[in-house]
Amino acid sequence: MPCGLFFSSYEKDDAIFQTTWLKAWMALLFVILLTFPLYADQANALLGLNLTNMLNLIFIYIVGAHGLNLLTGYTGQISLGHGAFMGVGAYTAGILANHGWPFYLALPAAGLMAAAVGMVFGLPSLRLRGLYLAIATMAAQFILDYAMRNWESLTGGSAGLIVPSAGLQSLGLDFTFDSDRSFYYLALLFAVLATLYLKNLTRTRTGRAFVAVRDRYLAAEVIGVNLFKYRIMSFGISSFMVGIAGGLWAFYITIISDEHFTMWLSVQYLAMIIVGGLGHVLGGIFGAIFFVLLPELLRIPAEALTDVYPNIFGIFASLREMVFGLIVILFLIFEPDGLAARWHTVRAYWKLWPFSY
Amino acid sequence: MEQFVQLIVTGLVIGSVYALVAMGFALIYKSTSIINFAQGEFVLVGAYVCLWFYSSLGLPIVVAFILTMSFSVLMGVVLERLILRPMIGEPIISVIMITIALATVLKSLVTIIWGTQIMVFDPPIFSQKALHFGFVRVSEVYLWTIGFACLFLGVFAAFFKFTRVGISMRAVANNQVVAQSMGISVKKVFAISWSIGALVSAVGGILVGNINGINSALAGFGLKVFPAVILGGLESIGGAIIGGLTIGVLENIMGSYLDVYLGGGVKEISPFIVLIIILMVKPYGLFGIKEIERV
Repeated sequence: MPCGLFFSSYEKDDAIFQTTWLKAWMALLFVILLTFPLYADQANALLGLNLTNMLNLIFIYIVGAHGLNLLTGYTGQISLGHGAFMGVGAYTAGILANHGWPFYLALPAAGLMAAAVGMVFGLPSLRLRGLYLAIATMAAQFILDYAMRNWESLTGGSAGLIVPSAGLQSLGLDFTFDSDRSFYYLALLFAVLATLYLKNLTRTRTGRAFVAVRDRYLAAEVIGVNLFKYRIMSFGISSFMVGIAGGLWAFYITIISDEHFTMWLSVQYLAMIIVGGLGHVLGGIFGAIFFVLLPELLRIPAEALTDVYPNIFGIFASLREMVFGLIVILFLIFEPDGLAARWHTVRAYWKLWPFSY
Repeated sequence: MEQFVQLIVTGLVIGSVYALVAMGFALIYKSTSIINFAQGEFVLVGAYVCLWFYSSLGLPIVVAFILTMSFSVLMGVVLERLILRPMIGEPIISVIMITIALATVLKSLVTIIWGTQIMVFDPPIFSQKALHFGFVRVSEVYLWTIGFACLFLGVFAAFFKFTRVGISMRAVANNQVVAQSMGISVKKVFAISWSIGALVSAVGGILVGNINGINSALAGFGLKVFPAVILGGLESIGGAIIGGLTIGVLENIMGSYLDVYLGGGVKEISPFIVLIIILMVKPYGLFGIKEIERV
């Protein structure tokens, strides 16, 4: 690892991967991720988990968490409706796929639909700040939730909607992403795309305008950032990403119902980016990993306790929610900048180790 | 016409409970500027605790009621001290999120302890016998509910108006720094606000629990305070009361007239539709303080 950054041009300062070492680490990570399915079976057997399934979920959540991080972490607009926007994406993708659309058209359509809905409910954001916006998006969550449950002719109601797996038949290829392993690459592709997009966006005028709106919106308006435009844009892009995540979810799970897209999912997304780190690209990634791992990690002590408390799995869902809430509370009190900040601290420590002074 | 009046009357009864809970919510917001997403869970916890004292321990209702009130006050103080005080000065997102996380913890604790089955006060505290006023039919428990809600609203109105603590709370809400320099302990006022918020929610929970039974869906009842306070204006306690009554009546009317067209459950969602409309048209509500920003 280098012990400091010594740039001699603006291009270097602006680069996504600033050092050769970082590039090397990233390449290594990418190779590991690409080849993971080759040794997934051995790893699964070793750890007793379904790692491919967990990674797929992590990738899907990364896309959504990046979306919410863009809105909440970068633009400072809180949203309690992203669970429902993800649902809008999932149902759009599912319904279109049932009408014979191939997934590579259904997914963008899902994103666009979610973006449209998100922008409508983001409209009050011009006049409303923090508190009021949280309440408005919460209302959006309830209304959309209701629509998903009760508009049975469209969504299938609480019985759910069956979605065909994503396939490439319309391109003349006989290939379907119907297993954990094949879907892995699709999910990985979107997670990488979303990460690169978010990282790049923050380096552009638009991204800097978002941050300006977050930090001091009056000053931003004075220096020529159109508040309305950028707030709505942020809502749009953010909901687009979470809609894509919803579409991926639909093609992965292949049966969707309203039960998944409740307030609880919105809260989970917010918790992800808070625990991961608001306003860091790493935040969404760490948050998604953390919250997919958490139930698995909780299962181990729960299994150990079954002798003492035979009905522990009866209350497991509640127990998980309680631990989840406690973790968020502890993070907010003791580490409000999240895991990403902790990661930077740890890295800074090792940079000059063992000669830190 | 008869159905319409009937709907208004039952709406007012539920609305009075909304008003009570919304008052607690507005009080917390006004003095601590924290928006409490856990208000619904306060309702839930209060109802369950009273039910436990009453049905499981078999205490007389008056004792159970007083014990529940003490428990709520204690819970308010402890939560304020442990969880909300460290949040003073943190960004709004953190404050909102911590109350949501608190709501999650409280709700899951309740499900772990008491399960998810609907529980009822057994034997019932108030009789369900129907009374007739002209063509309007109201059951006795509804009258008790609206009576108790009004009683508590009245008591707290007097409390804010005439007692020393009440006046100091209004002073803190008005201007924290000035209040502090006049020798009012802002910390104490924060603690009192949270305990009153928890207390009125518990009363609301007990009243509604008597009518509908208690399960974790009662927390959803607590969420209806949001439309109520937005309608009344977040900073206004009087507005919260009017908002609560209005939302109670509106959801009843919309629920029964629109269910046919939209297929059930409109009652649950209509307050939130009203909320979105208010936010678009008149974001600071009826009596809220309009913020004017100058650079």
